[in-house]
Amino acid sequence: MSASTPFALLANATSILWAEVPTWPAAEFICATAAELKRGARLCAWFGLPDGSGTCLVAVLAFDADNTLAVGRSEPFSGSYPALTLLHPQAHLFEREVWEQHGLTPEGHPWLKPVRRTSGNAPANGEFFRVHGSEVHEVAVGPVHAGIIEPGHFRFQCAGEEVLFLEIALGYQHRGVEEALAGGPHRATMSQMETAAGDTTIAHATAYATVMEALAGTEAPLHAQWLRAMALELERLANHAGDIGALANDVAFLPTSSACGRIRGEFLNLTALICGNRFGRGLVRPGGCGQDLEPGRGAQLIERLETALAEAEQAVAWFWEAASVRARFENVGTVFPAQAASIGLVGPAARACGLVRDVRYDHPAAWHRFAQAPVAVWPSGDVFARARVRSLEMQRSGEYLREQVAAPAEGDLRSELAPPAPNTFAVALVEGWRGEVCHAAVSDDAGRFRRYKIIDPSFHNWSGLALALRGAAISDFPICNKSFNLSYCGFDL
Amino acid sequence: MILIFNLTFRLALWLLLAPLLPGVINKVKAWVAGRRGAPMFQLYYDLAKQWRKGVVMSTLASPGFIAGPAVAWAAVTGAAMLMPLGPAGGALSFRGDVLLLVYLLALARFCTAWAAMETGSAFEGMGAAREVSYAVLAEAAIIAAVLSLSVQTGSVSLITMLSPSAGAGAVLLAAGLFAVLLSENCRVPFDDPNTHLELTMIHEAMILDHSGPPLAAILHGASVKLLLFAVLLVQAVLPMRELSPLAAAGALAAGVLTVTLSVGLVESLMARLAFRRVTLLLTTAFLLCLFALLVAWKGGAK
Repeated sequence: MSASTPFALLANATSILWAEVPTWPAAEFICATAAELKRGARLCAWFGLPDGSGTCLVAVLAFDADNTLAVGRSEPFSGSYPALTLLHPQAHLFEREVWEQHGLTPEGHPWLKPVRRTSGNAPANGEFFRVHGSEVHEVAVGPVHAGIIEPGHFRFQCAGEEVLFLEIALGYQHRGVEEALAGGPHRATMSQMETAAGDTTIAHATAYATVMEALAGTEAPLHAQWLRAMALELERLANHAGDIGALANDVAFLPTSSACGRIRGEFLNLTALICGNRFGRGLVRPGGCGQDLEPGRGAQLIERLETALAEAEQAVAWFWEAASVRARFENVGTVFPAQAASIGLVGPAARACGLVRDVRYDHPAAWHRFAQAPVAVWPSGDVFARARVRSLEMQRSGEYLREQVAAPAEGDLRSELAPPAPNTFAVALVEGWRGEVCHAAVSDDAGRFRRYKIIDPSFHNWSGLALALRGAAISDFPICNKSFNLSYCGFDL
Repeated sequence: MILIFNLTFRLALWLLLAPLLPGVINKVKAWVAGRRGAPMFQLYYDLAKQWRKGVVMSTLASPGFIAGPAVAWAAVTGAAMLMPLGPAGGALSFRGDVLLLVYLLALARFCTAWAAMETGSAFEGMGAAREVSYAVLAEAAIIAAVLSLSVQTGSVSLITMLSPSAGAGAVLLAAGLFAVLLSENCRVPFDDPNTHLELTMIHEAMILDHSGPPLAAILHGASVKLLLFAVLLVQAVLPMRELSPLAAAGALAAGVLTVTLSVGLVESLMARLAFRRVTLLLTTAFLLCLFALLVAWKGGAK
């Protein structure tokens, strides 16, 4: 199917000369992209690239079934273009973002408002979708929350306890990560990548390192790939354990809640055993890894991993066996598979709708070409499914780690990287614990970043949360929210 | 003179002992979870802290914002004073005092809901709406329970109603009243007293904007209410008059402790119900009390 696409094909973690990326006039580019999306491609990234007095639109598509990515762009233009969102809702946040960043107006976009900032105003000051009626009332939650979490505003249109519509406004953090990356890589770039979304350090750092390696036309030594793959699974284990505990806490089910909070720490400590930092900072570096699993620690890693996995298994079993818990999760916050596909959900949220969508499997790069964990899928699309997929992934990541620790790849930890190639486009997808982390870079004449685009899985999935709440009880919002557990900072880049 | 002494002593007992119950519940929860937990006297420290603090008041709120918690506290304390205490009997016993008790509790709820609506916040309105919705069912269960005791003993005075055993219906009554106790005191599975999630709160959502002494009054009033329901439940089930005074006092104390521990265990081992199922459980509680009434009426002791 993808063989006949007019887009330029490239594999995950590779690069292509910018001049070889096919170019269309804006309106035709939209048609071409829409046609590919209609044929089953998925929109991984959609961003603007200032060029002369105008801006070109760049689309990165994924043909999951063909294990390949495709890239295309428009000629530089300014003003407006026909909105892609009308045909493919998965473009809706992307088009708003491009409008906000570059002033290109998608004509006919149904809900054109900034995604992160208005001029000087907090996003909540924008206009919200409203439902009118004497029985309808509006509940505003945030941006300041009762827990220790990041800022985000949720505007519910309710009829009594039932949510008719939820609109989510983010962008309170004004992080300026993308601005800071332009002209890079700088000395601080690696650290900025590790904190793009702090709980996804390994995935973001790996994606960045992979982009740098792709720009240099090489890849990391096998030993480093092996280490990165293990760290990625440890990150997944820690976060999934934390999420399951948080879900239990939200329905006041103490046994699992108390146990998982501690077990999450055990997994984090295993990451620290490898690199000295619980979140894996300092581990992944362009060209390889900054730290190595010291000889002799492999046995310790296995031993502690087995204990933590057994404890996690027990804590999760309490969870599934309690009828009172299942009653809270089943048929709550359902996202239907067709909805999930049309808004482009990724990660466990998509797999919980029965979509087989996992970068490790669909677009394997680095160590995942040699060893993969089976994809975990559950069909029902509700809170139960999202929790279930997490617990399945924990089992499979545990199994994967057992195998990998036992069979280390020999070789160098790090290789010297050639300078990034000039005028090149590179893309890297990594399946973080929350879903697909996409990094795309375009280098300039000197090999510096002309544009560096990060798409955190949260960017795709926040719309899923809004859909999950339609028709749900407002009191079920916290468990729906926890079942997605999306990043605010990964969005507010 | 003796009456005044008696009343003062009882008042002190109610006010001083009540905050211990949430402490015990939290200890049980901590113990089950394998934690050390907050000190048993944590609520006393919290009350002392709140009492020293100032009050933040919305410019929109009327004095009802302060008056609500005050009246509610007085009403609950008044209801507690009507409650006979095992061998010590009642201090303010009169014919029909049980009706006053029910109405005082309703008054307390009305005042809390009123104070909640004062700030015009969506959260507190939502909390108040939920509180009164579920109260409709909980009150029906209490009234059915009271009726069954009344039919059983042929009296409408608490001291007589609570003295003998509830007979064959005792088990039904105990189950029904325990569910009502959990619901009325915002415990799991009806509400989660520990949650920080405003959207899921019932009682806690109503008091989000309160601070300082009014908040202390609300917290203390809630603990008195918990003790009141525990005492009511134990006396409704155990045959107080048939025991020697010492044994009755011991049975009352042990009973209250058992109820408190049970609340802690339920909270440790059960998830919270979805709101749409709360009505189901409360209706069940009402039916249990209703069956106790039928048993007392048709198949009772006499």
